[in-house]
Amino acid sequence: MLWYFRGIGKRKIVEFVLLAAFILFFAGPLLNLVVLAFSGQWAYPDLLPNQWSLRWWRFVFQQDDVVQSIGLSFLIASIVTVLSIVICIPAAYAFARLRFPFKRMFLFSFLLTHAFPKMGLYVSIAVLFYKLGLMDTLLGVILIHMINVLMFMTWIPTASFRSVHAAQEESARDVGASPFRVFRSITLPMAMPGILVASIFTFLNSLDEAQGTFLVGMPNYKTMPIIMYSIITDFPSSAGAVFSIILTAPTILLLLLSQRFVSADVMSSGFQVK
Amino acid sequence: MSIQLSIRGMAKRYKTGEGVSDINLDVRKGELITLLGPSGCGKTTVLRSIGGFLKPDAGDILIEDRSVIALPPEKRPTSMVFQSYNLWPHMSVYDNLAFGLQIRKKPKAEIRESIADVLRLVRLPGAEKKSPAQLSGGQQQRVALARSLLLKPAVLLLDEPFSALDAKLRHEMREELREIQSQTGLTMVFVTHDQEEALSLSDRIVVMNHGRIEQIAAPQNIYNEPESLYVAQFIGKMNFLEGVVEADVIRVGELAVPNAKRLAGPAAVVAVRPEDVNLDSGIKEGLPGAVKQIMVLGHYAEVSVNLGKHGIIRSFQSKDAAQALSLGQHVRVSFAKVTSFPKE
Repeated sequence: MLWYFRGIGKRKIVEFVLLAAFILFFAGPLLNLVVLAFSGQWAYPDLLPNQWSLRWWRFVFQQDDVVQSIGLSFLIASIVTVLSIVICIPAAYAFARLRFPFKRMFLFSFLLTHAFPKMGLYVSIAVLFYKLGLMDTLLGVILIHMINVLMFMTWIPTASFRSVHAAQEESARDVGASPFRVFRSITLPMAMPGILVASIFTFLNSLDEAQGTFLVGMPNYKTMPIIMYSIITDFPSSAGAVFSIILTAPTILLLLLSQRFVSADVMSSGFQVK
Repeated sequence: MSIQLSIRGMAKRYKTGEGVSDINLDVRKGELITLLGPSGCGKTTVLRSIGGFLKPDAGDILIEDRSVIALPPEKRPTSMVFQSYNLWPHMSVYDNLAFGLQIRKKPKAEIRESIADVLRLVRLPGAEKKSPAQLSGGQQQRVALARSLLLKPAVLLLDEPFSALDAKLRHEMREELREIQSQTGLTMVFVTHDQEEALSLSDRIVVMNHGRIEQIAAPQNIYNEPESLYVAQFIGKMNFLEGVVEADVIRVGELAVPNAKRLAGPAAVVAVRPEDVNLDSGIKEGLPGAVKQIMVLGHYAEVSVNLGKHGIIRSFQSKDAAQALSLGQHVRVSFAKVTSFPKE
């Protein structure tokens, strides 16, 4: 055993240990969550449950408000994603292509919603929503979700549109494509990876949002993260684990999907304010 | 031969103050014409105006006797090859080439056949399925050229298409372009800042400077008979000496050259190509000077001679003649052929 480690050198061993710690840190809690979700009886100090069961899965899916909240969460996330695509993609195209005064300042202003403590922002928005009658409405919840994603949804596609060179659009015009055809066949497909990543971010962000929804949407709009709070406080931890997995699964799935389309450096290039 | 492209009184001014004015140019059918000049001289402005990417402030552009000035790029019978970023990376070579033909609603079989043909013409047979990222810079430019050739444009526009390539490849591409032109008989307008490229490629060269046309002529004529001091400076190597006009002759020290252009004077500039500068050590005529430097450049040598108050003159000599000279040696300088310009 020792000869093996001597052979690979100190540097490699340090790297290996760091990697192991890293994996343990990230995968450990997830693994624990999965085990917990499928356990029937698990007494301290045993390493694994003494009884496996699907009891808590059945329990969670029998709660009416849980099933409703899953539907509601996915509905809201879908609406938020579609709406922010409709609003932000044209804006991103304008930021990338047009020249207008204070362009940089406008682009930078999207950071504002992320510059303050969220709760403070939400409370001031809630005051406004009261006056407008948006409290406890679907529109109110959707609006508050969209505030969170404006930045991703504008910055990342802006960078994508910028990476399409003028000559590439012009040569499409040159061979006979109308301006609209150029956008549809050349510009948009070339910017698609960035737009896709931003959309996935948006979808996940909306799926995950709890604070704003709690403030604006209660009591009628209980999304998955809101229900999560009550399940964790009211039921054994296994029920919470089951619910966590339901909440995490789409995240992991969508992130894996987005990884197929773009590399990390493309994603991060969306955050360069030029 | 008929006029394929005609630019009449074109002008365009940018907010920066730069631009072009008074552009008049007729290009004959099947001609390859080069717009040559330093960066910022307006050559790209003229090209982009022909292609429809810029709207001139004044003037008209006619292609096959029809004004195209009001048409957007997609409606013009022109096609352009850009300096770089010609291809769409999300499409295969085939799709890049087929895009224009699909817009024109050509039948599929015909598209496939003509793409195979054009790829053979640009020496990339069978490259249909490759993606642009798999191609080298030179190959990408060939595909871009092929895409333009497919559309059989009335005028093919080339905006420094080879400037991003290395010297050897640039040379090859020039030859290939010339061959393609003779095969297809296309009318081409080529923009470059490289005088060697212009001299080797063109039927005629348009030399531009500060947004104006300085001279339009065949390469040999541009070289042998530059019309302005600027063209003389810009094309090839040239020596300039100050002279005094005396009726029929211009006097440079002890040497008198004919005043062929009947310049009024009193001062004039005499221009001599280095290959027209003769060095002799045995004779008494000519300008006296001393050999300052001898640089052997392969099969020939560049000899610099100090002419005192007339400055330093460069002369191309054969390798053997140069070896017969030594540094500091006194020689007499005479000219085989000169051009003269009024002093500015």
